[in-house]
Amino acid sequence: MTAKTQTMDLLPRYALAVLSHLALVLAWYLFVRFGDVPKFVMPSPVDTVKVLFSGTYEWWPNVLVTGTEIIGGYAIALVVGVLLALVFTWSKWLEAAFMPLLVSLNMIPKVALGPLIIVWFKYGVFPNTLMAFSIAVFPILLTTARGLREVEPDLLDLVKTLRGSRWQIFIKIQLPGALPYIFSGMKVAAILAVAGAIVGEFLGSDKGLGYMMLQVQVTLDTDAMFMAVILITLIGVLLYGAVLVLERLLVVKDARID
Amino acid sequence: MEPFIHLAGVRKVFRKGATEFLAISEATFDVMPGDLVALVGPSGCGKTTLLKILAGLYDYDGGTVRIGTGTHPFDPSRDIGMVFQQPLLLRWRRIVDNVLLPTELLGLPAKASRERALALLAMVGLAGFEDKYPYELSGGMQQRAAIARALVHDPKLVLMDEPFGALDALTREKMNLELLRIWKESGKTIVFVTHGISEAVFLGTRVVVLTAGPARMADNFEVQLPHPRTLDMKTNERFGEYTRRIYHLLGME
Repeated sequence: MTAKTQTMDLLPRYALAVLSHLALVLAWYLFVRFGDVPKFVMPSPVDTVKVLFSGTYEWWPNVLVTGTEIIGGYAIALVVGVLLALVFTWSKWLEAAFMPLLVSLNMIPKVALGPLIIVWFKYGVFPNTLMAFSIAVFPILLTTARGLREVEPDLLDLVKTLRGSRWQIFIKIQLPGALPYIFSGMKVAAILAVAGAIVGEFLGSDKGLGYMMLQVQVTLDTDAMFMAVILITLIGVLLYGAVLVLERLLVVKDARID
Repeated sequence: MEPFIHLAGVRKVFRKGATEFLAISEATFDVMPGDLVALVGPSGCGKTTLLKILAGLYDYDGGTVRIGTGTHPFDPSRDIGMVFQQPLLLRWRRIVDNVLLPTELLGLPAKASRERALALLAMVGLAGFEDKYPYELSGGMQQRAAIARALVHDPKLVLMDEPFGALDALTREKMNLELLRIWKESGKTIVFVTHGISEAVFLGTRVVVLTAGPARMADNFEVQLPHPRTLDMKTNERFGEYTRRIYHLLGME
């Protein structure tokens, strides 16, 4: 926590954040309006919003598909990542055997797996969910494993003198202590899950916002491409925001990792 | 009266592979019930190791360790309170819930424990801070909470490992006075590890001096200064004699 965020009131902070976003949209508008930019290179914000209501495209079903892939892949990554980290902290042997393997597997560029995943699972929501999962699971696993290991040895001594059980150590000290780490992994994973789902849709899909972008690219409907990017971003922002809210509820201010 | 803690010829060797390291040789001293014994010595003299042996966290390689008497029985699974150099409060728990941790581990009744925790927080001077989080408290206040946590399950023996070592000099002096008051009010037997020579003399009813390399017990004497102790005793002649005696043993004259 910096001194700056401490001394600044919440209201002006939020106001400034909103203003900077509005300023970007305004700059975009002015650039297109007075910059003599061809419409197929960059549409104005007004045209971009118009395309959402023009009825030319079915936005909502595609948002739903991409949203399902992102949230689904993310949720599976969260469950699998935390559980694997748990197993590794409980068994030194399993960790010694499988952690290096997972690190090696993590080196595979997940994008390179795309064509394979399509061969194995065909087109559709599931393979793209799998892409989102495969790219989001590692940061969660690594930060959780790290967080579960971070226990003060003296604190363990204190628990030992009172004959505390392993379960008590886990539930009262390790897990709550690891929460800030889990959340820092969850934040990184939120961004990656979005990228994973979209890459999946680029590589092979018959619905979703990424698929739509490829379709309208052919007709040079840049308005729609911009709108698709904005909608994808909004899904990501919603996910990220949900994680932040959850963190605010579960993690004491002093322990948050930004 | 029978001593509450009886140590005779305690030896501790650390082994790592083929190398051996003698951490403690021949530690012999007694602690009477209700005493506050200060273990003083330089870093690496084995005083923390000795404390961990008393806590039952380490085995020892020779000698006798006996804690408890017929009139003062001791249950090693629930009669130890510990305070470390760092407060080690759980930062996601409010102060009162931090103090309650030992009672949860021991499965003591929640309502009575909470009342006791609140009373102890008042005793250590933290009334009104029960519902704060640790980061909202200064280092000295956090250490007071850690002391309350060490007392909450009503242990017979409180082990303190340089509890004020991380505090600034003024706070430390203040905490020394506070500790003496808390010790008198609670009537606990306390073993207090420090490398502060005047702190050891000021706090201790008895001082045990340990020297390093090779680790051994150099002295063990009763401090004959009246109670309650006051800060101006630090300037009196007898206090000076005690501290000089320790400086001499530690080869610092």
